[in-house]
Amino acid sequence: MLEIRNLHATVDGKPILKGVDLTLDAGEVHAIMGPNGSGKSTLAYVLTGRDGYEVSEGEVLFRGRDLLAMTPEERAAEGVFLAFQYPVEIPGVPNTTFLREALNAVRRHRSLPALDPMEFMKLARTKLKALHMNDQLLKRPVNVGFSGGEKKRNEILQMALLEPALAILDETDSGLDIDALKVVAEGVNALRAPERATLVITHYQRLLDYIVPDRVHVLAHGRIVRSGGKELAQELERTGYAAFTGEAA
Amino acid sequence: MAASFETARQVREATEQTYKYGFVTDIESETAPKGLNEDIVRFISQKKGEPEWLLEWRLKAYRRWLSMPEPRWTKLRFPQIDYQDAYYYSAPKQAARPKSLDEVDPELLRTYEKLGIPLREQEVLAGVAVDAVFDSVSVATTFKGKLEEQGIVFCSISEAIQTHPDLVRKYLGSVVPPGDNKHACLNSAVFTDGSFVYIPKGVRCPMELSTYFRINAANTGQFERTLIIADEGSYVSYLEGCTAPMRDEHQLHAAVVELIALDDAEIKYSTVQNWYPGDAEGRGGIYNFVTKRGACRGRNSKISWTQVETGSAITWKYPSCILQGDNSVGEFYSVAITNNYQQADTGTKMIHIGRNTRSRIISKGISAGRAQQTYRGLVRISPKATGARNHTQCDSLLIGDSCGAHTVPYIESRNRSAIVEHEATTSKISDDQLFYCRQRGISEEDAVALVVNGFCREVLQQLPMEFAVEAQKLVGISLEGSVG
Ligand SMILES: Nc1ncnc2c1ncn2[C@@H]1O[C@H](COP(=O)(O)OP(=O)(O)O)[C@@H](O)[C@H]1O
Ligand SMILES: [Mg+2]
Repeated sequence: MLEIRNLHATVDGKPILKGVDLTLDAGEVHAIMGPNGSGKSTLAYVLTGRDGYEVSEGEVLFRGRDLLAMTPEERAAEGVFLAFQYPVEIPGVPNTTFLREALNAVRRHRSLPALDPMEFMKLARTKLKALHMNDQLLKRPVNVGFSGGEKKRNEILQMALLEPALAILDETDSGLDIDALKVVAEGVNALRAPERATLVITHYQRLLDYIVPDRVHVLAHGRIVRSGGKELAQELERTGYAAFTGEAA
Repeated sequence: MAASFETARQVREATEQTYKYGFVTDIESETAPKGLNEDIVRFISQKKGEPEWLLEWRLKAYRRWLSMPEPRWTKLRFPQIDYQDAYYYSAPKQAARPKSLDEVDPELLRTYEKLGIPLREQEVLAGVAVDAVFDSVSVATTFKGKLEEQGIVFCSISEAIQTHPDLVRKYLGSVVPPGDNKHACLNSAVFTDGSFVYIPKGVRCPMELSTYFRINAANTGQFERTLIIADEGSYVSYLEGCTAPMRDEHQLHAAVVELIALDDAEIKYSTVQNWYPGDAEGRGGIYNFVTKRGACRGRNSKISWTQVETGSAITWKYPSCILQGDNSVGEFYSVAITNNYQQADTGTKMIHIGRNTRSRIISKGISAGRAQQTYRGLVRISPKATGARNHTQCDSLLIGDSCGAHTVPYIESRNRSAIVEHEATTSKISDDQLFYCRQRGISEEDAVALVVNGFCREVLQQLPMEFAVEAQKLVGISLEGSVG
């Protein structure tokens, strides 16, 4: 599904990723953990093609294709989804308009007919219900005036609608209470399927009680310094990151 | 709402050129000789079979115009206009004014169809009556009969001069006097057509009235004149739309619109202005120098201007309200988009004269490319306007680093009980927003259209439903090529 090979990236000329290697197979869920500033979000942005995140070395294959050669919207249409650490507000644009526009853009890419507003609302309501979310979320402008938890739920709603092949969740758990955390986990678990994969970026082990990962990677100083099974997350919780960042230096 | 973005894309895919209205209709026209002098003014008046008083009115305006200076207080930059190098009258040749649509030249009907304005009644937008003005003259008005049943007059101003001379004489120039400014003065001398509306006492006009202006002939100025009178307790919603072919030279459009609202009357006037803006290098495009003003003469009357200005090389217009009647209300909702080398200096004037008069201004300016845009707004509270209130919200959005937005508010308050509030913001379209949209699969251009439509939402919501979708599309189309 996803093969990251020796990935180096700079932001403002400053090297942030310094040789990341990671292979994620279809059907798997991997977790990336690491201290603040270790480059987790940078990795997410590089994978999704954000301007200003320059790849200086290495390659990324997504389903065998060169991911880095695609525009952000092509990557999205090919099935790469990022749940943002800080979801963005778009004043004046109703959430429904935004979501339908996004879904139809992706459907067009897949040669599926566009959904009209009625069809879309029906689908959106089903997804909302499955995620125990309120209809009101759809009417309000995108993320404007949303609480932290609502913003994160909205990301999960988008993910549920777009049904990505590869979902990247960037600290979707931070700042969530336990109920919201369960919603996020449910959303991710519902998408678990042999043809999909998920990369869960998190600072805490807590989320991984609900989304049990196949592999856990520790990112420090722009490199994956250790990989292991789900028990690695528990070990981290006990020992803290210090031991790992020491290793990486 | 979202439907519009689909359609915007289809429009884009269906046309090579960004400006889809840029075609020329091949039709035989009758044209006055080039240039401007008293004989041309007489020619126009005679062509229209006008009464003597109107000819005198025109000539007086013409003589005054000769000595009037051009308004030079704006930030607009353009070369001196050679008024002798243009035609002031051009009309499609047809035997007489057609009595029904069957007599209208099919080529003209096709033109309007291509513009998305079908004139045959069985095809027209439900609930919208249209007056179609082609170059200098009105070529067709739909639903006239149906409106007449309620005593509503909706016809070309040339026709109204013949059929309702008293109303025309009473109100023409009563809101915008010929000497108001040089462009209005020129219009008074050479106006060729436009729309006339009269809504009788207590009548709520059952459909949207709309005028569709089309400049076709080359080197021809368009000088239309619109007069709308809402008698006591009446209501009307009126919309104007406009397009022109793509031409390399600049063309002058100097219109005058006068609105009069009597006691308890309400006029809602909406404009979707999409004149040819010129090409990406700034060649060609319409000079849109327009004077629009409404008088809330009566108590509790209301005039509401909504404009979506996306076209023209230069836009100079300040739809205004004179709030004479006690408790009268003036509103101005504006979206102005300038891209490439377009320039716009636009805003409003709210003149509070009566007691407890209220005005509300919401202006959304979007600049991209090398465009320059100025919001210029005057709020004047006269000594007698006790209890007057104004709220102004003026937001500018910049796309890219080479464009400019300027806000010039003038506030003159001579009554201490008045409350005048002015808020202004300037922001840039954020990379965060664009990336967020693109990460969801939305292309960069659609993302810009989406974000800008959101920015304009408060204003676009004021448009009649039938036109809101069209306007949203325009927002996207007119910003094409502004990013990336
Ligand atoms: N847009 C940016 N401009 C400058 N520096 C940045 C930017 N984004 C991230 N960085 C820097 O890159 C490093 C990694 O940041 P980030 O990827 O956000 O880490 P994490 O998500 O693991 O907390 C930090 O030192 C941060 O300051
Ligand atoms: Mg981060």
